[in-house]
Amino acid sequence: MASDGGRKQFWKRSGAKVPGSIQHVYGAQHPPFDPLLHGTLIKPGSKPPTTPVKLKKVSTFQEFESNTSDAWDLGDDDDELLAIAAENLNTEVVMETAHKVIQNHSKLQEQHKFQEEHLQEEKQEEFAQLTSVACGDNRLVKSVSEGHTSSSLDNASENSSMQRSQSLPQTSMPPLTSGMADYNTSVTPALTEREASRLDKFKQLLAGPNTDLDELRKLSWSGIPKRVRPIAWKLLSGYLPANVDRRESTLQRKRKEYFAFVEQYYDSRNDESHQDTYRQIHIDIPRMSPEVLRLQPKVTEIFERILFIWAIRHPASGYVQGINDLVTPFFVVFVCEYIEEEEVENFDVSSLPEEVLQNIEADSYWCMSKLLDGIQDNYTFAQPGIQKKVKMLEELVSRIDEQVHRHLDQHEVKYLQFAFRWMNNLLMREVPLRCTIRLWDTYQSEPEGFSHFHLYVCAAFLVRWRKKILEEKDFQELLIFLQNLPTVHWGNEDISVLLAEAYRLKFAFADAPNHYKK
Amino acid sequence: TRDDEYDYLFKVVLIGDSGVGKSNLLSRFTRNEFNLESKSTIGVEFATRSIQVDGKTIKAQIWDTAGQERYRAITSAYYRGAVGALLVYDIAKHLTYENVERWLKELRDHADNNIVIMLVGNKSDLRHLRAVPTDEARAFAEKNNLSFIETSALDSTNVEEAFKNILTEIYRIVSQKQIADRSAHDESPGNNVVDISVPPTTDGQKSNKLQCCQNL
Repeated sequence: MASDGGRKQFWKRSGAKVPGSIQHVYGAQHPPFDPLLHGTLIKPGSKPPTTPVKLKKVSTFQEFESNTSDAWDLGDDDDELLAIAAENLNTEVVMETAHKVIQNHSKLQEQHKFQEEHLQEEKQEEFAQLTSVACGDNRLVKSVSEGHTSSSLDNASENSSMQRSQSLPQTSMPPLTSGMADYNTSVTPALTEREASRLDKFKQLLAGPNTDLDELRKLSWSGIPKRVRPIAWKLLSGYLPANVDRRESTLQRKRKEYFAFVEQYYDSRNDESHQDTYRQIHIDIPRMSPEVLRLQPKVTEIFERILFIWAIRHPASGYVQGINDLVTPFFVVFVCEYIEEEEVENFDVSSLPEEVLQNIEADSYWCMSKLLDGIQDNYTFAQPGIQKKVKMLEELVSRIDEQVHRHLDQHEVKYLQFAFRWMNNLLMREVPLRCTIRLWDTYQSEPEGFSHFHLYVCAAFLVRWRKKILEEKDFQELLIFLQNLPTVHWGNEDISVLLAEAYRLKFAFADAPNHYKK
Repeated sequence: TRDDEYDYLFKVVLIGDSGVGKSNLLSRFTRNEFNLESKSTIGVEFATRSIQVDGKTIKAQIWDTAGQERYRAITSAYYRGAVGALLVYDIAKHLTYENVERWLKELRDHADNNIVIMLVGNKSDLRHLRAVPTDEARAFAEKNNLSFIETSALDSTNVEEAFKNILTEIYRIVSQKQIADRSAHDESPGNNVVDISVPPTTDGQKSNKLQCCQNL
């Protein structure tokens, strides 16, 4: 405890999260969670949080750093790194143990099958589904977690939970299942050791029985591997429940619900009252990115439906130009769930089966809706959310880089002139799509990521160009530069740097109102 | 000559319904580019180009606005200080022509009284789809004291002319006004640069005020 106080604190806290064990507790304390609506970690911008909360955020960032470092390389003999590796190992042990439990129980069941007739009569899978539907799930889930963390493997009272565990691979989604299948040999040559280790971390977390959403957010903050991004996004957005067994039924229900909306509303798109909305959407769809994808008739059709249904169901804002862009990242990421190709932009979407396309459409709709729930005042009359955020951006920049702020002011460049679009389209017009997708990994991992944290990203983004900004001595040149920032070649590295800087700014300014306000 | 040397700087706004081709008119004029799939304008976008009139360099500062209704609260703020407006409709979409009245009202409500307005029927290349007869639009323009031209950003027809005509018209008004001002107040502006464009008539006070306050 004596040496290296800061780090020790971190470890101590980690321990506190999982009392009595360094194994993860998969508990029922993580109901389906919407990070956009509930900022449980921290409520930035409201009140300066108490010290413990602050420390917690530090740990998040430290974890983010260690997760992205080579901490998982076993070749590294640093004590702490080994400790992390040991934790990793233990999680693997947990998984192994879980499988043993399942096997043992299959055997146990054979032995008990005459004693427990009611169980014998039903297929295990059916039983699992029935119980999962019947109970609100909390109690049952809890028992599953006990099953995993308990070292006693043959406790007969855990029968039902074990059966549920066994049904896990069948009820989870196909890509995940296949992902789990190659779990032991998952270090494919294409991935670096670090990437592979991160991917494993994700897979463990996503496998359930309950995904620890706090852990998922921590891990996702620094980027989600492509292969697990679809499921991770659905969890982070609050679309999917943390409990693995409830996911498939949730998906089915939500997809059905979406297509009921389509059934109910879509025919009204040519009605007098809705034709303006539909016309605007229809004009805008061919004018989005990515260029190739948007020209496919199938894609156009899907986007029109998603946007029209959303607009009809959100009359306070209705459809506003720019919202169309926000569908794209979800759509592209969810298409990736079903294809092998690296380049989605060249992929012929119509080659996917109709049912798959419908799933992608409904999932995109719901996830986009979740996102928009958190930023709807960006799109209501007079767009107060944007006006407010642009104002906040201005205040923030005046604090963090007075020179840049003064320079813009001297040349009469108004923040609204360049930052309106940054807010309205969440920087999607300023960076390539691949960067937006990476950005959204983090936005979905941050409390109020799309509204509040975005502000700090914008500030970091502006200051990122300070050299060029200070060189420009003319209003028109400045504005033309700010409206056409040279990000064509940007990749994940650039976004990571931007996010780290945004995080630093948020840490320094969000929780210090006197620092923040003039 | 460097781009930042000019005799006059005129602020001009591009307005009109969504999808009529405002952004492509601008890119055709400022960069000689046309993109059939150009992205929808969000809020306001900006470009400049300088032209020569009577041996004077006129720099046009052109503000391209989003066409959707929801953006009007934002975009109307940009009308302030504009000395010219290109009000664009699509000759192949009658509704965009019908909405010209509404755009005129927007200008009346938010722009300077003496703003020079040009009605622009864009997409004249779509001959077979024409929904707005040229004569009808011209008559409407005359009745409302607007200049009128039909353009095609796609095949470049009349794009130069549209911008040059409106800039020249503004220049004539402003230079006459300056002569009038000079004889009235014997107050000559710097010999070659007018930083803030001067609204054609009335309110000479206002423009002078702008000039001295801009560094505050």
